Amino acid sequence: MTTQTVGLGVDSAYEAVIGLEVHAQLLTRSKMFCSCSAAYTNAPANGNCCPVCLGMPGVLPVMNRQAVEMTVRTALALDCEIPAFTKFDRKNYFYPDLPKGYQISQYDLPMSLRGHLDFTVNEERARCGITRVHLEEDTGTMHHAGDVLQEATSSLVDLNRSGVPLMEIVSEPDLRSADAAREYLVRLRQLLMYIGVNDGNLEQGSLRCDANVSVRKFGVSELGTKVEVKNMNSFRAVHRAIDFEIARQVAVLEQGGALLQETRGWVETRAATVSQRSKEMAHDYRYFPEPDLPPLQLGRELVERIRSELPELPEARAARLAEQYGLSTYDAALLTASREDADAYEELVDAGVSAKVAANWQMGDVAALANQHHRSLVDSGVGVVGLATLLRLLEDGTINGPTAKELLAELYEHGGDAALLVRERGLGQVSDRAALTVIVDEVIAANAQACEDFRGGKAQALGRLVGQVMKAAGGRAEPALVNSLLRERLSA
Amino acid sequence: MSCAGATAAEMAASLRAGQTTPRQLLDHARAQLSRLDGRLNAFLAHTDDLADRQCERAAGMLADDPAGAGPLCGIPIALKDVLCLAGYPTTAGSRILEDFRPPYTATAVQRLLDAGAVPVGKTNCDEFAMGSSTENSAFGAVGNPWDVERVPGGSSGGSAAAVASGMVPISYGTDTGGSIRQPAALTGVVGFKPTYGRVSRYGLIAFASSLDQIGPFAQTVEDAAVAYVAVAGHDPRDSTSVPDPVDDPVSALQLGVDGIRLGIPREYMGAGLEPGVRDRVSEAIAVLEGLGASIEEVSLPSTDLGLSTYYIIAPAECSSNLARYDGVRFGRRVERPSLTETLLRTRGEGFGPEVERRVMLGTYALSSGYYDAYYRRAQKVRTLIAREFDSVFERVDALVCPTSPKVAFTMGTIQDPLEMYLNDALTIPVNLAGLPGISLPCGLSRELPVGLQVIAPRLRDARVFQVARAYEQATQWHALRAPMVASA
Repeated sequence: MTTQTVGLGVDSAYEAVIGLEVHAQLLTRSKMFCSCSAAYTNAPANGNCCPVCLGMPGVLPVMNRQAVEMTVRTALALDCEIPAFTKFDRKNYFYPDLPKGYQISQYDLPMSLRGHLDFTVNEERARCGITRVHLEEDTGTMHHAGDVLQEATSSLVDLNRSGVPLMEIVSEPDLRSADAAREYLVRLRQLLMYIGVNDGNLEQGSLRCDANVSVRKFGVSELGTKVEVKNMNSFRAVHRAIDFEIARQVAVLEQGGALLQETRGWVETRAATVSQRSKEMAHDYRYFPEPDLPPLQLGRELVERIRSELPELPEARAARLAEQYGLSTYDAALLTASREDADAYEELVDAGVSAKVAANWQMGDVAALANQHHRSLVDSGVGVVGLATLLRLLEDGTINGPTAKELLAELYEHGGDAALLVRERGLGQVSDRAALTVIVDEVIAANAQACEDFRGGKAQALGRLVGQVMKAAGGRAEPALVNSLLRERLSA
Repeated sequence: MSCAGATAAEMAASLRAGQTTPRQLLDHARAQLSRLDGRLNAFLAHTDDLADRQCERAAGMLADDPAGAGPLCGIPIALKDVLCLAGYPTTAGSRILEDFRPPYTATAVQRLLDAGAVPVGKTNCDEFAMGSSTENSAFGAVGNPWDVERVPGGSSGGSAAAVASGMVPISYGTDTGGSIRQPAALTGVVGFKPTYGRVSRYGLIAFASSLDQIGPFAQTVEDAAVAYVAVAGHDPRDSTSVPDPVDDPVSALQLGVDGIRLGIPREYMGAGLEPGVRDRVSEAIAVLEGLGASIEEVSLPSTDLGLSTYYIIAPAECSSNLARYDGVRFGRRVERPSLTETLLRTRGEGFGPEVERRVMLGTYALSSGYYDAYYRRAQKVRTLIAREFDSVFERVDALVCPTSPKVAFTMGTIQDPLEMYLNDALTIPVNLAGLPGISLPCGLSRELPVGLQVIAPRLRDARVFQVARAYEQATQWHALRAPMVASA
């Protein structure tokens, strides 16, 4: 592997062993065990709660079926096994954001086991095993007067998030570098968004990642002392924190020290991981089966139905697009980065736009406009159908490239009918040979020097003349025709 | 009619005959309550305005459709204070919930309100339903109407005393290890614990979730059947609630026991039984035999493991269920400078010693390194106990045995928790196996009531009533009233 990281060079005597625990909030309508909305961010503090998610005395949880199905969907997308029997357990600990004093989670019989995720890291194919995907509930949130609970003078608890369905995806310790860990996370996020179970927002914490990091001498089969790294809320933070942690652990070992099994938090401002909790201080969660929820038997029929409803997954789709439309691997990957993009691309092609033109425009102008306006193509004024119309006008020669570019910018922001605008504003391309010949002759007459240069072998002089003709024709002249007319007249 | 001590069936008939009104029944209940409760302490709160509203509602229902109005319409009832009633104090007998008024009503209670029943108040109980004497209530012990110096049993002692003293014909309690059947036995009334999952636990303040079940107290088996039907049935808000339709215990009342095979579990008749209890139960068995039932001694060899199994599982669940009482969102809070201290003091001052003991026991049993030795093993024994019942029920239709090994004891005389736990030795296995069980009066020992327990297979709740009613019809013990009621 060509991976070069801060912590470990290719010549390092140490190998990093990394596993990720990813928590993903599910895009269900309601919370895990009650009918409160799972979209909790817009409600005023503690305004999205009920007796169930507040953990009031005597209330009971009722399983969210949609959350179960989304977890199964995820597990199937990760090629996991779905056992016929699964159950929920209580994870007991005191914390003010945990109203019941326990989290309903899954312990020894999770909803799925033994899957994998394939990806490419530094141009090499890699596979990371998935230990399990299970379902649990999210906690509330705390707002501390101060940075950490221990030093806070006061803390406010908001239980709007309490009980939101949360899926935990635990990887095997198969990752060997920060690059690999980041790429795994990028691909996992893409997959979760693709299958519509998570919105992929690391900054806001709807997708969270913890890393278990250890190092060992190459050739050693036993695992080193594991450190859990938390509080990384961007891909960059994941990469930097793991790199830092690997380097820190190697340094400790190289200095003859011993590592502590502990939990460390990534502190962005210090660019370092900081010890939060040692093994001795670790919680004893006193897991036991949740008596308020009967075990779940996921019938084969249900599992097969969910499997049959899985969309084509990103890797497979990229491969198919490359094959079917003659795209490069790079372009195909870019066009399938999100399901929405890939769907849009295929819609454009289905609407009669050529594969090449659709790809170029989608990856070029459309991507730039999406960035500029923070609006995806689908949500933009032009929409996929509008873009298809526009690109067909371009391809059938009704308008030229520059006109299409201008129109797209306008339609993207304000919407409108491309064909109508072209008619109303007379934006149709001038392909009239006689009319253009008049303009070409005028331009040749007015630019004697440039003509001289061209005849003298300076090919780029032609470009200046083309520009002059286009300008005189109001930007609507058909570029290829202008080109050939100029060559014709200049060589005459 | 004389209302003190009248049955719900008698009241329902009087209401329809125009001989009384819900208002009159409520007034009688209140009169009895104010006359006796100073000595009994059965009630923690009176729900006067709710009772008044329900009276009006019941009167309307009876006027609109006397046949359609259910059997509990207009009948005064009492609710154990672990059952949530929106807007009214619900303390679970604990200081920590002293000020708690839930914003929701338990499903079972809502069904009673919808049926036109008239709740007069919330009854005293052992704190969080943990106890066998109601001495663990944070709000004072409850007296047994047969002898106010004695306990009424527990944990639903207040609900038992309210019926035994003739304040209300029907009350509701909860039974986790015998908390309905044992107080019913000790106060000379009928108490029924349904199959686990038959009555929704939504709005029942949990003690041990896999064992808790709501059930009625009444003076007769018929009233108990009617009271059970009123709260039974599937509830989508309780995932452990059984979806199967409820079998009809009321029509089963008339079936008799001719040809019924009754098992007498040897282990339930062994050492530890008070002689008077053994004699009364033996006599009751003879009565049932006389009614045509075949009697067979059977064995449930793991019975003696029931107590220790229960005292792992129930405290384990309770240690988790009671974690939410931190004084942050509801209930009593003891303010201290730091969060940790606030949590510790709130719980330290809010919980009584028995609750503390069980929280600690349960926390220990679930701890890393002990889980396998305690909780996991207890679950295995629980399965074993359930299987033993299953195999016995292949040979017999129901089991008959004592409810409690002893009659009501004098308050304060049992100080050792283990000795106290022995009171539930004969009721706990039924909870562990999730079976229906009833206790009904079968005579006196030392002038105090003795309870006969009838146990049936899971979801065969109607059969419990069938056997109990046959016995009740053949005897007069159910008509025996506590002296305090007779002296009215």
